[in-house]
Amino acid sequence: MDQSKIRNFCIVAHIDHGKSTLADRIIQMTGTLTDREMQAQVLDNMDLERERGITIKSQAVRIIYKADDGQEYIFNLIDTPGHVDFNYEVSRSLAACDGAILVVDAAQGIEAQTLANVYLALDHDLDVIPVINKIDLPSADPERVIEEIEDIIGLEAQDAPQISAKTGLNIHDVLEAIVHQLPAPKGDPKAPLQALIFDSLYDPYKGVIVFCRVKEGTLKVGDSVRMMATGAEFDVVEVGYFGAGQFIPCDELPAGMVGYMTASIKNVRDTRVGDTITHSNKPAAEPLPGYKKVNPMVYCGLYPADGAKYPDLRDALEKLQLNDAALQFEPETSIALGFGFRCGFLGLLHLEIIQERLEREYNLDLVTTAPSVVYRVYKTDGTMIELTNPSNLPDPSEIDYMEEPMVEAEIMVTSDFIGAIMDLCQERRGQYISMEYIEETRALIKYTLPLNEIIYDFFDALKSRSRGYASFDYEMKGYQKSDLVKLDILINKEEVDALSFIVFSGTAYERGRKMCEKLKDEIPRHLFEIPIQAAIGSKVIARETVKAMRKDVLAKCYGGDITRKKKLLEKQKEGKKRMRQVGNVEIPQAAFMSVLKLDED
Amino acid sequence: MTPIELYIHIPFCVKKCLYCDFLSGVFDEKMQRRYVAALCTEIKYQAKLHPGCLVSTIYVGGGTPAWLSEDLMDAIITTVKQSFKLDPLAEISVECNPGTLSAEKLNVYRSIGINRLSIGLQSANDDELKILGRIHDYNRFLHTFDLVRKAGFDNVNVDIMTGLPHQTVQKLEKTLNAVTMLRPEHISAYSLIIEKGTPFYEKYKFDAVKQQAGMDTEELPTDEESYRLYKFTMDYLASKGYERYEISNYARNGKICRHNVGYWDRVPYLGIGLGSASLYNNVRANNVRDIYKYCEISEAIESGKNVQTELSSPYFESEEELSKKDAMEEFMFLGLRKINGVARQDFFNSFGIEIDAIYGPIITALRHQGFMDAKEGRLFLTDIGIDVSNQVLSKFLLD
Repeated sequence: MDQSKIRNFCIVAHIDHGKSTLADRIIQMTGTLTDREMQAQVLDNMDLERERGITIKSQAVRIIYKADDGQEYIFNLIDTPGHVDFNYEVSRSLAACDGAILVVDAAQGIEAQTLANVYLALDHDLDVIPVINKIDLPSADPERVIEEIEDIIGLEAQDAPQISAKTGLNIHDVLEAIVHQLPAPKGDPKAPLQALIFDSLYDPYKGVIVFCRVKEGTLKVGDSVRMMATGAEFDVVEVGYFGAGQFIPCDELPAGMVGYMTASIKNVRDTRVGDTITHSNKPAAEPLPGYKKVNPMVYCGLYPADGAKYPDLRDALEKLQLNDAALQFEPETSIALGFGFRCGFLGLLHLEIIQERLEREYNLDLVTTAPSVVYRVYKTDGTMIELTNPSNLPDPSEIDYMEEPMVEAEIMVTSDFIGAIMDLCQERRGQYISMEYIEETRALIKYTLPLNEIIYDFFDALKSRSRGYASFDYEMKGYQKSDLVKLDILINKEEVDALSFIVFSGTAYERGRKMCEKLKDEIPRHLFEIPIQAAIGSKVIARETVKAMRKDVLAKCYGGDITRKKKLLEKQKEGKKRMRQVGNVEIPQAAFMSVLKLDED
Repeated sequence: MTPIELYIHIPFCVKKCLYCDFLSGVFDEKMQRRYVAALCTEIKYQAKLHPGCLVSTIYVGGGTPAWLSEDLMDAIITTVKQSFKLDPLAEISVECNPGTLSAEKLNVYRSIGINRLSIGLQSANDDELKILGRIHDYNRFLHTFDLVRKAGFDNVNVDIMTGLPHQTVQKLEKTLNAVTMLRPEHISAYSLIIEKGTPFYEKYKFDAVKQQAGMDTEELPTDEESYRLYKFTMDYLASKGYERYEISNYARNGKICRHNVGYWDRVPYLGIGLGSASLYNNVRANNVRDIYKYCEISEAIESGKNVQTELSSPYFESEEELSKKDAMEEFMFLGLRKINGVARQDFFNSFGIEIDAIYGPIITALRHQGFMDAKEGRLFLTDIGIDVSNQVLSKFLLD
């Protein structure tokens, strides 16, 4: 295979700028798929992805393109997620590519994630070609967008293809740009093997399917290979490339190719994403630079609504972890919720996606506790603990000080809303860094913000205060000392561990008050009065009361009503079973999630 | 002989009230006659199916049974007497609405043995009667009550409702005063229930949910107000010599409704007519609810056709045999509706096991919380226990 005829690339874009639609169109135009095979969005495999219109997992496809020069080219298109939570996945995908197509919406122009993704691509030494999409929109202004690309990113954009992925307009220009402007892979097929693992998938028949990019050497069926980081060795059973929605076996993957291999691998942990595959008998001198493993940023407790489903939840989490290395979990127990897991996520979207997948794909009914970031607690004895579960906070007398994780946020917003957005950042304890106008009507605002101020609902608040005109991206910026306290919730005088959370002391009162109000609405009336209190240590800072139920009577019960009456009583009893008993108070599961929605009103 | 109660359903009314979800409708006289003929066939059929029973009470309910012409009522009661053995002291009740009775009709009722009348008044305020979609005003009720007394009926019930839209204590007091002044022997005071499938449901469903949740309401009284109305009713009736003997039922001089008490004591009863329920041999069953189907079953029986189904009566639409557990649960949640509750001995006699062996911990907990009390071998709900009886009674369902 002629290496010069291979192009390995990905498409990067801000969410909704048309990345997946362009990928679909490229696949369709190159003729690897018939129209019948063409589902709405081929690369977005999971139901969830299609419903939300976002890409969660990286996917790859090999396509053949006969270019205007009469030559056939092999394109390996690797799809990447667009959301900031999935930067880790993006990073993995980029490492398998030599170039990237940057899609920019002709009406919206450059957005926060556009920048973030371009920087990531440049970090990986990829050549980037801009493409201006959605030029069929009445509000499209390609001239302005070309200027933005040149001014802000510094990419030559005068000749950028102006397309409509939706209608298929000018897709041909993109294909030719890929051939002429993106580099062919380098690498010696005869050198010792170095293949980078960028993803994996578990198949019940073939075992682990390892997605890899061969950088040096050639990977063949029957080869004896070693994973350089884990040391695990396997005999290659199958190699191949990615058809659209299917695996197509071949004899070998030479340097420059993207494809997969199987080797009856039963344990996904043996084939870590980021590891290098080499030959056992002729190993490479050193592994490829992997990419840095990211740590979970947000933790929460996941509990089965039905305690008996605990083993099912564990199995489901293990299966999800197979191709989602960023998901972490460990068992924990809660007085209120019983047995469950403390799970770590890349962000709130990642959390929601996992939660929804557990509920949909594994049919689990879950109770989720309030998400928390990882706090650093420096104790008076000189040690430091990383706190992922608020209820594990040591006694205040043992705490010297605490630190919380910070992010540097970049917000792009039209000038009308700059004030509103700055107010928002200020309310969220933001520290102003800078603001620059990137054009007459738009500015890029930078703030340092505590992560725990953005994990709940910052994105929603941003959207509502800017009427949808703000975009947002962030990166971690280490830890900062902060005045933090643990807020406990007492229901009928009993502390409910699953409702405790860490909060900035300056907003503790406000949070406590809102929390009590919310819980008052969530907890049904009982036969007795229930005080709901928020407390810091032994000091109660807010209180609400669920009034006692005074009357619940069925007026009529005669001969014809008895069966119905019994059903009513059964329903009443059944409803209580679905609640969590804390002391003698029954708390509906939704109450445990109500903290997530404190700022909705 | 086994004592048994008969419930006879007359699914006809002049006009459907806006809150009513009973099985009833407006039908012409031709249909009424066809239905009563079918009813008489079922009475005879049930009598053959249940030999050796002594009928202790008959309750003709509806709809508005009194709307039937007197010859039809005569036919029904006469058929019962010819088919079943009837206790000479049987209580025979008929439901009626103001404006559906005449002196002649009442004389016929007396002559065929009807000895108790239940009059649906609901409110003495004409604006409330209008909201409810009733066919009568308060004056019409006074006229009817006068006819009833003049005909010699000395066991009369009046139904009233609390928790009506915009009802205040003042309005309720007017109703209570207007009723107790006439000294009926019995008063049933029901809280309005917003039932699915009624015009009231469409109108008040959101309000009903708010009421249930203890929130502010638009037109229905709030939960707190409705509680006050309910309590006011209890106190007012007590002050006028009406003794509360069940959640919604009050009687003067011990004139309780024996038929209804039978339901709470789980006395066997046969439901005759459209959609009626029966309890017999520990089986709860329901008759078909389609009036044409019902008539056709009787007509098939009359023409000698085979009407056997897999259920124990051709009139049944469903039947369910009660397990011992079901029966114990019923014993509790029905018996505890009565103010004097249940007797420990009756539980033992019915199930051969002490009540505490089954419900001991629940009873102890409820007594501790003040929702239940015990005296002279009886267990009963306290006033506050009755106030929240749905909550309390659900605890007697076994796992």
